[in-house]
Amino acid sequence: MSLPTLTRRDFIRVTAIAGGGFALGYYFRGLDALADAVPLDNTARVFTPNAFIRITPDGVVTIIAKNPEVGQGIKTSLPMIVAEELEVDFSKVKIEQAALDPQLGPQFAGGSLSTPMNYDALRRAGAVARTMLVEAAAQTWGVQASECFAEAGTVIHRPTGRRLTYGELATKAATLPVPDEKTVKLKGTDDFKLLGSRVGGVDNPLIVTGQPLFGLDQKVPGMRYAVYEKCPVFGGKAVSANLDRIKALPGVRDAFILAGDTDYSGLLSGVAIVADSTWAAFSARRQLRVVWNEGAGAAQSSESLAAQAESLAAKEGRVLRNDGDVAAALGAAATKVEATYFYPYISHATLEPQNCTAIPTKDGGMDILAPTQTPGGAQEIAAKTLNLSKEKIKVRFTRIGGGFGRRLSNDYVAEAAAIAAQIKAPVKLTWSREDDLRHDFYRPMAWHHLTGAVDASGGLVAWHDHFVTVGLNSEANPGASAGIGAGEFPGRFVPNFRLEQSILNTNIPTGYLRAPGSNGIAFAMQGFIDELAHAAGKDPLEFRLALLGPDRQVPGAGAHDPAYDTLRMKGVLRLAAEKAGWGKSLPRGSGQGIAFHFSHQGYIAEVAEVSVAQDGTLRVHAVTVAVDVGPIMNLSGAENQAQGSVLDGLSGAWLQEITIDHGRVVQGNFNDYPLLRITDAPPKVDVHFIQSKNPPTGMGEPALPPLPPALCNAIFAATGKRIRTLPLTKNDLRWS
Amino acid sequence: MPTYSLKVNGQVRAVDVAADTPLLWALRDNLELVGTKFGCGAGFCGACTIHVNGVPTRSCQLPVSTVVGMEITTIEGLDPAGTHALQKSWCDLDVPQCGYCQAGQIMTAAALLKNNPHPTDEEIDGAMAGNLCRCCTYLRIRAAIKDAAGAAKGAAR
Repeated sequence: MSLPTLTRRDFIRVTAIAGGGFALGYYFRGLDALADAVPLDNTARVFTPNAFIRITPDGVVTIIAKNPEVGQGIKTSLPMIVAEELEVDFSKVKIEQAALDPQLGPQFAGGSLSTPMNYDALRRAGAVARTMLVEAAAQTWGVQASECFAEAGTVIHRPTGRRLTYGELATKAATLPVPDEKTVKLKGTDDFKLLGSRVGGVDNPLIVTGQPLFGLDQKVPGMRYAVYEKCPVFGGKAVSANLDRIKALPGVRDAFILAGDTDYSGLLSGVAIVADSTWAAFSARRQLRVVWNEGAGAAQSSESLAAQAESLAAKEGRVLRNDGDVAAALGAAATKVEATYFYPYISHATLEPQNCTAIPTKDGGMDILAPTQTPGGAQEIAAKTLNLSKEKIKVRFTRIGGGFGRRLSNDYVAEAAAIAAQIKAPVKLTWSREDDLRHDFYRPMAWHHLTGAVDASGGLVAWHDHFVTVGLNSEANPGASAGIGAGEFPGRFVPNFRLEQSILNTNIPTGYLRAPGSNGIAFAMQGFIDELAHAAGKDPLEFRLALLGPDRQVPGAGAHDPAYDTLRMKGVLRLAAEKAGWGKSLPRGSGQGIAFHFSHQGYIAEVAEVSVAQDGTLRVHAVTVAVDVGPIMNLSGAENQAQGSVLDGLSGAWLQEITIDHGRVVQGNFNDYPLLRITDAPPKVDVHFIQSKNPPTGMGEPALPPLPPALCNAIFAATGKRIRTLPLTKNDLRWS
Repeated sequence: MPTYSLKVNGQVRAVDVAADTPLLWALRDNLELVGTKFGCGAGFCGACTIHVNGVPTRSCQLPVSTVVGMEITTIEGLDPAGTHALQKSWCDLDVPQCGYCQAGQIMTAAALLKNNPHPTDEEIDGAMAGNLCRCCTYLRIRAAIKDAAGAAKGAAR
């Protein structure tokens, strides 16, 4: 496998230019492109048919990467879509990270939406440019455009073999009218050369040599370094602090209380310390003593919340879906199973702690330089915090050291902006790891109280789920990502089906963590389906195929709920089973588990193979993944996302839990909130793609949800122990 | 503040910092070598791994005052041309996802290969166990280390 790379000269030049010092942070390769954009002579023109493409007369092709790069590979794959239609050699293209710019349409990294939302528009952007370059060549030669075609950055006149490069055509193309993007001819997908191939991340050469790319790597002239301490109890307020003592410490420039607001996604009350270096700020913080008004949240603990959840479960919840007659079907059924599944709060724990650089501007505005998944949200929250119009806030976004949904919220942007406004100087705010784990928007915990029944022929006839979830200062509405859809599987597939919801009132912020909702729900649904399969005496694969039923599109549960294509799901189930050697004979203590889940329009099935020693030591030997998200943009990136999602799911299900004591998050660092280590990563995660002709959808999230249930179902197959509580470390896996 | 003379990537550099300043922050804030990353500040994650006299070390736990006169190597100085076999393999196999931990991963792997040019799978896992990757790129990290070890083997012949 050989992948295109930037030349070293490219990034040395960036560094050299950036050393000149405009307050742009120094990672933007855009500066490099600007240098290239200087016309060669007075008549030469830069060809910029739209906001995504720039071709200079010296032949440099620049493609704009519009969305934030969190590790999902979008800085590579979206430009690939443009390059495919533009007909250029991708290894020679310059990729320039965009800033927040309304010309580029929505710019965010979330919901696995970047590919489906941009695929068509970016193809058209590339095709418009190609069409104009072909026309420019045809006019130059005085021939019909239909006699010409584009290939690898040149236009060729088919009858004569004459060639002109894009650089040679740029000046002329720049004078032509831009055709309507809706009318340009797109390539046939069978003619794709770049899309679907394996392309290395465009920033890889910079990453492996340690060049400044990330939010924390930014430095601007005159910059101070800040930390911000918030109340350990959510919603608490700073009353007073030993500010005079802090201000007297070496390297400290200022220390002050910010009153803040009640919006968890904005500026919360806290104490800022501003210093000459990160370490001076960190050191001073160790001396900081704050008197907090902790508020009512201090009474909460994981135990008290669990007790309240149990009492809620005893009552009837709000009915979200009710098909057939569950009570009658359960009463009449041949076999009935009851179980309660629980999954805990977990944290995003991005390896790059939250941070933001805020730079006051001469016109009274604020420039924001941040690793944010939602630059538009960063602009809004900074404007709101500073009481400025959005036009006064410019947002540039860096490469992001892990997102997983954490940086959909911009609380750290509000903090940096407020501190910079207070000191009237540029500031970089750096969170500690403890800040990060204790002030997250957590994957919500939830309980599923399940009852199900199979009939005499082994079919699933009744399903009752009382879903007890968490609200944020509310008993009426679930917190962010703490809800469940009325169409959640196996809803729509079981004749007698009832879904109730009860909400536990907490003041603990929840949020969107990779495959939100699905990342917990799939564990409960696919685990309980496995229990019912065994109760029915059926093979877990066959039971699932029967449950999915005939090939059809099952309509969604509402206008915004997508249809469910049973053929696509059965396709990935069968493929995963086949590739994993499903049903093979394994010794006691070893087993396979299977699970599937539909999320983000993606159909994914997984088979996990594990062994559990008699002393309870778990080994995951292999995971087989089958994916149908339509055509794949970048095969290397898609495989990375599938493998990463599987191991991320393993890490969470096996090891992680956030607990609350006296309103505080107990865990503070990777000693008590472990991440999966290489030693526990399986030797292989085989990924198989069914590249159906369906519209392409995203790969950043949907491969995670099937892993926890596939893993736990495998542990059951190996040991007979059914895992209904996560993380696994809370379960005794010993057997004899 | 005291001045410390540090030997970083073959150059002698002076930094004016408090004696307890971890080398991590002297590198990042004072010397503008930001390839070495801050992940946990407690030695748990390995993102800040550098070499001190050739030994992979957590720079977040290492006061500047203790490393004067020692040979300090960061990711920026691992290879003068940025073409160490591991850096090449990391690109060839497209290891990074977010990329934040990868400098630390490469520094740990480089020390492994220097002492053990052809590690077994177990030896790779053992050496890399202290470097966390939140994106879980572990499968490709293993493959890239093997790839680089293979390339080194080829070059030696």
